[in-house]
Amino acid sequence: MKLRFSLSIGLLLCSSISYSETIFVTLEKDNAIAIVDPIAGKLVKTVEIGQRPRGIALSPDQKHLYIATSDDDTVIVVDTETLKVVARLPSGEDPETFAINSEGTRMYVSNEDDNQITVINLAENKAEKTVPVGVEPEGIAVSPNNEWIVSASETTNMVHWIDAKTLEIKANTLVDPRPRALSFTADGKQLWVTSEMNSTAMVIDVATKEITQTIRFAIPAVGQEKIQPVGVVIDAEQNWAYVALGPANRVAVVNAQTYEVEKYLLVGARVWNLAFSPKQERLYTTNGVSHDISLIDTQTHKVTKSIAVGRYPWGLAVKK
Amino acid sequence: MFSSSQFYSFFLLLLFLGINQNAFSAPVQEIKVAYLTQEKRPAAALSNLEEFVKDKGWQGAKLALNDNNTTGKFTGQAYRLEQKIVPVDADIKPVFLSLLKDKYQLIIVNLPAQQLVEISALNNQQALLFDVATDTDSLRSTNCLSDVLHMLPSRAMRADALAQYMRKKRWNKWFLVVGNTAEDRLYAQAIKRSAKRFAMKIVAEKTWTHSFDARRTAQSDVPVFSQVGDYDVLVVADEQGLFGEYLSYRSWLPRPVIGTQGLKATVWHKTHEQWGAVQIQNRFKALAGRPMVEEDYAAYLALRSIGEAVTRTKEISADSVKTFLLSEKFKLQGYKGRPLSFRPWNGQLRQAVLLAAPTSIVATPPLEGYLHPKNELDTLGYDQPEVHCQ
Repeated sequence: MKLRFSLSIGLLLCSSISYSETIFVTLEKDNAIAIVDPIAGKLVKTVEIGQRPRGIALSPDQKHLYIATSDDDTVIVVDTETLKVVARLPSGEDPETFAINSEGTRMYVSNEDDNQITVINLAENKAEKTVPVGVEPEGIAVSPNNEWIVSASETTNMVHWIDAKTLEIKANTLVDPRPRALSFTADGKQLWVTSEMNSTAMVIDVATKEITQTIRFAIPAVGQEKIQPVGVVIDAEQNWAYVALGPANRVAVVNAQTYEVEKYLLVGARVWNLAFSPKQERLYTTNGVSHDISLIDTQTHKVTKSIAVGRYPWGLAVKK
Repeated sequence: MFSSSQFYSFFLLLLFLGINQNAFSAPVQEIKVAYLTQEKRPAAALSNLEEFVKDKGWQGAKLALNDNNTTGKFTGQAYRLEQKIVPVDADIKPVFLSLLKDKYQLIIVNLPAQQLVEISALNNQQALLFDVATDTDSLRSTNCLSDVLHMLPSRAMRADALAQYMRKKRWNKWFLVVGNTAEDRLYAQAIKRSAKRFAMKIVAEKTWTHSFDARRTAQSDVPVFSQVGDYDVLVVADEQGLFGEYLSYRSWLPRPVIGTQGLKATVWHKTHEQWGAVQIQNRFKALAGRPMVEEDYAAYLALRSIGEAVTRTKEISADSVKTFLLSEKFKLQGYKGRPLSFRPWNGQLRQAVLLAAPTSIVATPPLEGYLHPKNELDTLGYDQPEVHCQ
């Protein structure tokens, strides 16, 4: 009797945990987002949201979800409780990726076709300024101390360092061909950038803006041209960095101290973007071509599950 | 160093580019590129609705000029593109010599093979030439031009791309139909070479002589013409497009048409949208008001290659640009999912080839399973051991 009691309490605890984490996944070709419960390991539901949703992020207070609906030429604001669109932001044409500062007051959107970044005031939902950058800006990030906005232009092959106060470019770092995504380390001292065409990830020193490390990815029996690094994330302790390798269908696990590649984890087809669970005990990947997401245990570095979500999952955001 | 008028135009250019003096500290480096072409007479065409496009190639160069100058804002480099159009029937050679005299070391050449050979003979390695028009196999296998980089895939690369896909589909028996021009025969040669490489069998071959009575229609001619026994696909060699379109849906047997019509091997296509291609398709349309075609893509890549070399080396002489472009450091993004580079043995740009149906892309060879010890892109066209020129 006692045993059964404790068991049921255990189950209760489990089920209460299961409601404490939600993954929102943009589905590029379904014009929808998938809502996934990673603890239960299942797709909860799919909600139509707008044309060609790609970039996705939560507001710092987690009350709103921002989603770039590229073919509607806007970034929509979605209430995370009701899942209704509550506002549309003047993002400029064809928004794909964007970044939000840590206070949640400003959004920076890459306008790929116009070679510019649009700066949006989130309090007033107004575009404040556009900043001209290189050709085909894609990856964008804000430094943890909100000092820098960094933008990677895919054809110019540069990282542009935009001063968040003056909104002017202060420095440019030439990087390997077709840079895609970039991420700051939690301490704000390093910026990691991936190069799709050179199968590399580069570590840039934020103080000097120079490349200090170049990590090359090579997988036995996988053609080098298939190794196309895209998404990159680094854990808060800076023990591990994870790099999504696109059509190589693998995530590289990199020792963030020694810059050695520890292993390659086989996930779904054309893995693009990555996100941690709130406590970083799990890593989630979007696999565009196999139409699923993969769950990776960051303690054991094993892929534990894949969940079918819909057509062309692009990006993801994780809510506590 | 600069004449005052040059200096003045330079100053205007700076203003136009909106350069923030803080963005770079080095003085501006100017990169002079010439674009040499000759007016063409509209060729005979199957449809009068198909518009004659005069500026194939030039618009692609202009797009790359914009892209390079956007990058140049951050690196302190400004590109200038000079277009020289020689009238129909006029001699190209004096114009080329005047470009050399004006110290142009990087020249994009949109000319037929014969004229390319002529100006290369005059060049004496003074300029690096970017060929954006030819797909001639001999210039890539037996008579290479060491001062020329070829941006378009050769006929052999195109034929190999088709053959890889046919092999995969096991459509091994080919009926080859060849037009009556010299170019059609060169295309047919490339098809035969690929058939041998990929173990295809040409079970029948016929020449289309345009001798059928115009009062009769393709509906009645083609079925008679195409009664050659059984085959898997009809391969047509009609580069100008004078009869190939008649063959689909009209052959005696219900068989697909591939080659210069039907399923085409091409370097660019209006329906190509993978690997970020949508972005360049949009940018091109906004600039040129028409879809991008092969020569535009070739000229775009030529000037983008120059941009990559100059951005990374800060050197602008023909020698140093060539050295960088032929090195392993050069990897160009070309909206085809794999980095593009040059084959040092014949100056051919390595690239994937699109197999395009009229409104969709069917495959993008090299296909999976065709292996190569160095680079899978080298399964298309003349590989190093097959090339016999210095």
